Amino acid sequence: MVQISLRNEVDEARQSSGLASIAADLASDQRAFKNVSWGKAMMWIFLLSDTFVFSCFLISYMTARMSTTVPWPNPSEVFALEIGGTSFPLLLIAIMTFVLISSSGTMAMAVNYGYRRDRVTTAMLMLATAVLGAAFVGMQAFEWTKLIHEGVRPWENPWGAAQFGSSFFMITGFHGTHVTFGVIFLIVIARKVLRGDYDVGRRGFFTSRKGNYESVEIMGLYWHFVDLVWVFIFAFFYLW
Amino acid sequence: MVDVPLGVGGVPPAEVEDVELYHPKSWVTHYVFSQDAKIIAVQYSVTALSIGLVALMLSWLMRVQLAFPGALSFIDADAYYQLITMHGMMMVVYVLTALFLGGFGNYLIPLMLGARDMVFPYANMLSFWFYLLAVVVLFASFAVPGGPTGAGWTLYPPQSITAGTPGLAWGIIMMLVSLMIFIIGFTMGGLNYVVTVLQGRTRGMTLMRMPLTVWGIFTASVMALLAFPALFVGAVMMLFDRLLGTSFFMPEIIEQGARLPYGGGSPILFQHLFWFFGHPEVYIVALPAFGIVSDLISVHARRNIFGYRMMVWAIVAIGALSFVVWAHHMYVSGMNPYFGFFFATTTLIIAIPTAIKVYNWVLTLWRGDIHLTVPMLFALAFIVTFVNGGLTGLFLGNVVVDVPLSDTMFVVAHFHMVMGVAPILVIFGALYHWYPKVTGRLLNVPLGQLHFWVTFLGAYLIFFPMHYLGLMGVPRRYYEMGETAIYPQSAHDLNIFITVTALLVGAAQFAFVFNLIWSLRHGREAGGNPWRACSLEWQTSATPPPHGNFGKELPIVYRWAYDYNVPGAPEDFIPQNQPPLAGEIASRAP
Repeated sequence: MVQISLRNEVDEARQSSGLASIAADLASDQRAFKNVSWGKAMMWIFLLSDTFVFSCFLISYMTARMSTTVPWPNPSEVFALEIGGTSFPLLLIAIMTFVLISSSGTMAMAVNYGYRRDRVTTAMLMLATAVLGAAFVGMQAFEWTKLIHEGVRPWENPWGAAQFGSSFFMITGFHGTHVTFGVIFLIVIARKVLRGDYDVGRRGFFTSRKGNYESVEIMGLYWHFVDLVWVFIFAFFYLW
Repeated sequence: MVDVPLGVGGVPPAEVEDVELYHPKSWVTHYVFSQDAKIIAVQYSVTALSIGLVALMLSWLMRVQLAFPGALSFIDADAYYQLITMHGMMMVVYVLTALFLGGFGNYLIPLMLGARDMVFPYANMLSFWFYLLAVVVLFASFAVPGGPTGAGWTLYPPQSITAGTPGLAWGIIMMLVSLMIFIIGFTMGGLNYVVTVLQGRTRGMTLMRMPLTVWGIFTASVMALLAFPALFVGAVMMLFDRLLGTSFFMPEIIEQGARLPYGGGSPILFQHLFWFFGHPEVYIVALPAFGIVSDLISVHARRNIFGYRMMVWAIVAIGALSFVVWAHHMYVSGMNPYFGFFFATTTLIIAIPTAIKVYNWVLTLWRGDIHLTVPMLFALAFIVTFVNGGLTGLFLGNVVVDVPLSDTMFVVAHFHMVMGVAPILVIFGALYHWYPKVTGRLLNVPLGQLHFWVTFLGAYLIFFPMHYLGLMGVPRRYYEMGETAIYPQSAHDLNIFITVTALLVGAAQFAFVFNLIWSLRHGREAGGNPWRACSLEWQTSATPPPHGNFGKELPIVYRWAYDYNVPGAPEDFIPQNQPPLAGEIASRAP
């Protein structure tokens, strides 16, 4: 008898080891990334796309800053807070950064408790994350107000290159919008967790699909990304 | 190493259970706000083709103006720039990108991969409605005070937002907003296409068994997700320059003795952002065309595609390379001259994977059983046209040759051949090829042949003379040549010839539209697989495919999509879901 089999290189390579088997796993049928759900794959690819958005913003800002012929305002002085007569450079930004990074911590804990199916703790940690995120946006609003009072506008500022204000409002505004959307979705998902939607498989209002606790982790991916972007904005805008 | 238990024919068992589909309950959720990728695909295609007709008529008006200056009283210089801008932007973004990714992508990805639907049907639906909103905003700019923007489709600042450019009041704002909406909408669709290809395939459908159409659309979608952000950022910044008075792109400008309130910005920065999107955009349109044409050639020449593996790598390599060539659009922009050397080199390197593809198409045809069906005619025409258009790319890719040719009709001829005519030929071929799957009826053949010959020959009659005009130095974007002594009478005559041909070729497209509508009712019944093709979309349970595509059981894939004329097989094609035949031993799958 002739042996009937339509094997292919992919299947054969998966039985071997090394790089060939990694490539073969990626190329294998049904799923390129085993044990990665659709939602999680989508979020990763979206974040990759969003990385390009923020990269373009930051590179454009750096181009403007490097090619300007008038002095660039000194961030340590512009972003200083005066408390009791002493000027603390970057004090507010330091607090904002601390708050946002801490919120990543509560988010990570929320993901952990989500996978333990601990409804209440997960929801509370997510709400804590949302509160920290809202605090961040609030402090950003305070910072914007302060700068606007000092005469910073998108088209001009008292200290030097007009592109300072333009880039500042555009980049922090775009990041702040991301945080705000994150806060909204944190609250939405926390509500679903608390109500037990993910335990009983209740269908989504828009998509009419059953959700599960992985939503918490996908939300977490987005939140950590927003934090990571802030680290770059902090480094390139405030510390430079 | 993952231990995979192999079933019959080396097919692993299902990893995830079948997804639960959204079932529409009313006519509106079934046909209007539909979450079914096939309906969304038709919505995308009809919208894009309609915009294509509008953009075609805009080009008629431009051609009439060029050949007979002043013949149409409503076309002055301003109106001409508005026509140019809208024609270019509509064709590149709202027709070609939307049709290939939103139209063909939505229809073919799930069907060719053996999936029930896209992975996120709701986001997919939103994608179309965002696209439609972007289109409405774009068209609304015809109705606003001052009309649409006349900045040219590249929207270069500072002219795009300074006085003298038509559409300064509203048009440019509408254009930028429309582009931003389009990008948001595309992102929702693009994530769907990419995740469906990566994570939503049926059992046995390995990446290297996917039809090349899917490879092309997949790579183009990934590229679009990475390239559109640059345009998005550019649009945001230009919108701020226009509305808030920032100076991202605006240098100091003295206008009629008065200093404008701008200063310190860099117009070249916009060009970098625009072309970081703009060049990948060329391949976002071309790669799906490459993929589709590979499948058309293989099916209609009854022969397996030559060098499948190389075809896949060529698609991926072109996609990657296209991100490092953008500044070849900017040789005369005043950027650092050393850049020119780098970007000329990368540009010419792209010729290698592209040539591999062309050779492989030709070798697929070699000794094939070529059926000159209408889709095949268009596919063959594509190869010729793409080669011709690509050859002039060699001229423009070299800095020293490009500098004198910059901003002449030569450039217009080049990109219309390679990015206009060539992908449109594939779109026509693909529509003739897949129309029977969408509607169950074949398009009328004699009418199709007429459409083909007029379009194909006409395109050459239009664009070949245009190269010649360009070599003589006739500039692009001039609304009339005028009585300039440097152009001989023959240049004026050629202009008239081009215009007359363009009007005829344009008219032939309406015959195609008539064919699309007429065949809906009166076309010949197609059956499930009129072209006797291997890939999964022809193996659906019914034609047109029902909701869920494949009936109760999803197909299992045992082989690649190109088993044509296999020696010893009972028929001249073996469908992808055909289990191993008796006596079939060897591995032909890649």
